[in-house]
Amino acid sequence: MPLAISTLPDQQLNALKHAYRKMVARKRRQSAVTTVVIVVVLFVAAIGADVDLRTLTAKIANFTSYFDRILTLDGGARVWTDIGEWFWGWKKWLSLLGETVLISYVGTLAGAVVAFSLNFLAAANTAPTPWLRFAVRRLLEFCRTVPSIVFALIFVIAFGLGPMAGVLAIAIHSAGALGKLFSEIVENVDMKPVEGVRATGASWIACMRFAVLPQTMAGFASYTLLRFEINVREASVMGFVGAGGIGQELVVAVRKFYYSDVSAILALIIVTVFVIDITTGWVRGHFLGRERRA
Amino acid sequence: MTRKQLLDPSHSHDELRARYATVFNPSLKSRLIAPAILVAAIGLFIFGLVDLDFSPARMMAGLHQLGWFVTLMIPPNPGSSLPAYLTAMGETLSIAVLGTTIAAVVALPVSLLAARNIVPSNIFRFPVRRFLDSIRGVDQLIWALVWINVVGLGPFAGVLAIAVSDFGAFGKLFSEAIEGADKKPVEGIRASGGSALHEIRFGLMPQVLPVIAGQVLYFIESNVRSATIIGIVGAGGIGLQLAEQIRVLEWQKVSFLILMILVTVALIDWISSRLRFAIIGKRAIA
Repeated sequence: MPLAISTLPDQQLNALKHAYRKMVARKRRQSAVTTVVIVVVLFVAAIGADVDLRTLTAKIANFTSYFDRILTLDGGARVWTDIGEWFWGWKKWLSLLGETVLISYVGTLAGAVVAFSLNFLAAANTAPTPWLRFAVRRLLEFCRTVPSIVFALIFVIAFGLGPMAGVLAIAIHSAGALGKLFSEIVENVDMKPVEGVRATGASWIACMRFAVLPQTMAGFASYTLLRFEINVREASVMGFVGAGGIGQELVVAVRKFYYSDVSAILALIIVTVFVIDITTGWVRGHFLGRERRA
Repeated sequence: MTRKQLLDPSHSHDELRARYATVFNPSLKSRLIAPAILVAAIGLFIFGLVDLDFSPARMMAGLHQLGWFVTLMIPPNPGSSLPAYLTAMGETLSIAVLGTTIAAVVALPVSLLAARNIVPSNIFRFPVRRFLDSIRGVDQLIWALVWINVVGLGPFAGVLAIAVSDFGAFGKLFSEAIEGADKKPVEGIRASGGSALHEIRFGLMPQVLPVIAGQVLYFIESNVRSATIIGIVGAGGIGLQLAEQIRVLEWQKVSFLILMILVTVALIDWISSRLRFAIIGKRAIA
């Protein structure tokens, strides 16, 4: 078969070439403008954040040497050569870690209960009245937008130092975050069972209990476990502002330059977070079906 | 069973019982498991309340104080420090933007190493992933504390704290985006004789970049939230002002600062969601 490449007449071809070049030029212009905008924004941000590359180059050595120091015992040996010496305070630290986990457990559960009781009012398909829905949604939004550590700071002053402030702060934040997620689950339910229950003359509460709840329970439990996981991490820093848990110990170690203690406590926190992540992940996977991580 | 039998109560009941024995007569184990979990959960909750010093008296006293604070917060009033607050807010925004960008730039090459379709061997991928996990396992505030020790107090420590902790998150998210990419363009590049780097540059990146840009914008948004608090440990921004005003009990200023944070976050949410729509289209987000 003879090779035949058909060429368009010059006039047509030129028009196409012209259009192609115009497209390419436009795309190049667009990306150039985007790049310039990004660079300008970053430049302004660098000025705003007091970034000084000289400090960075001068002090980047501090970064490695900091890790060098926290991995060295007072005696000068590496931390892992003497585990007993490294984790000398393990009894106290473990009990504080236990407190941290307990803070997030109590906080998560309290928050989940509040979220559970409010979410039916916030979901579009189950809310009894629009104004109530609006009010509940704004309330939940407020609860999750104000950072929990800010709540903790205020509660420490109101309720005194100690884990109580941490629990309340975590509970409020969890209520806000879970309330939104729960109501989104409710908005996705099949409404036919609700109609069925309503047709029998049931009240609003009975409708929620027998038609909506069975469809949503697994989703609720799954999100609550996910929240618990996040809250363990959050509870680990609650102590920074005096709201209980291991954070207090860590902040003292950092501020007083107890170097090996810093690495020991950090290691314990990381391991705890890992264990909790893996356990809750396993529970979710096995009992609740593979819910997509949000 | 026919429809008629089903509708006839006298006939069907025993038969139904026999048919669905597990529904009518659940075993003791399955009947007890839900209440047992419930009792255990409530038990642990009550133990927690006791162990963490919740007493009704303390609760009441605290709530009373809290109510008093709230009345003191109204109306929100910045006093004469409004310019200082605006500067601090600018600092917070700068910290968020810069920290997120640094994290994204550093995370991109690393995420390639953590993606299954780029590095098929488990031996190389596993340590990279665990490394990213352990960075993520440490809270941002802890990273802020560490960086304060390295570069001193101030917003620069905040930038680095956000950069490091987001590096962990981005590494995971980017590698997931890369794993989700279509293989066909990559195979096309390979068939035309491209090298591995060409495959990544021309086959993978055009697919992945819009997704990544969307994620980066989303993180800038959420980092504005977290940048407002890293000031509490001394890493710059509005958090420093907030913590100070709470400690000296200037409640009107506190409520003003909180309102300012809420408004800024809402504004950034709005801008960044508009940008995200522009980059990846409305449908991809919803």
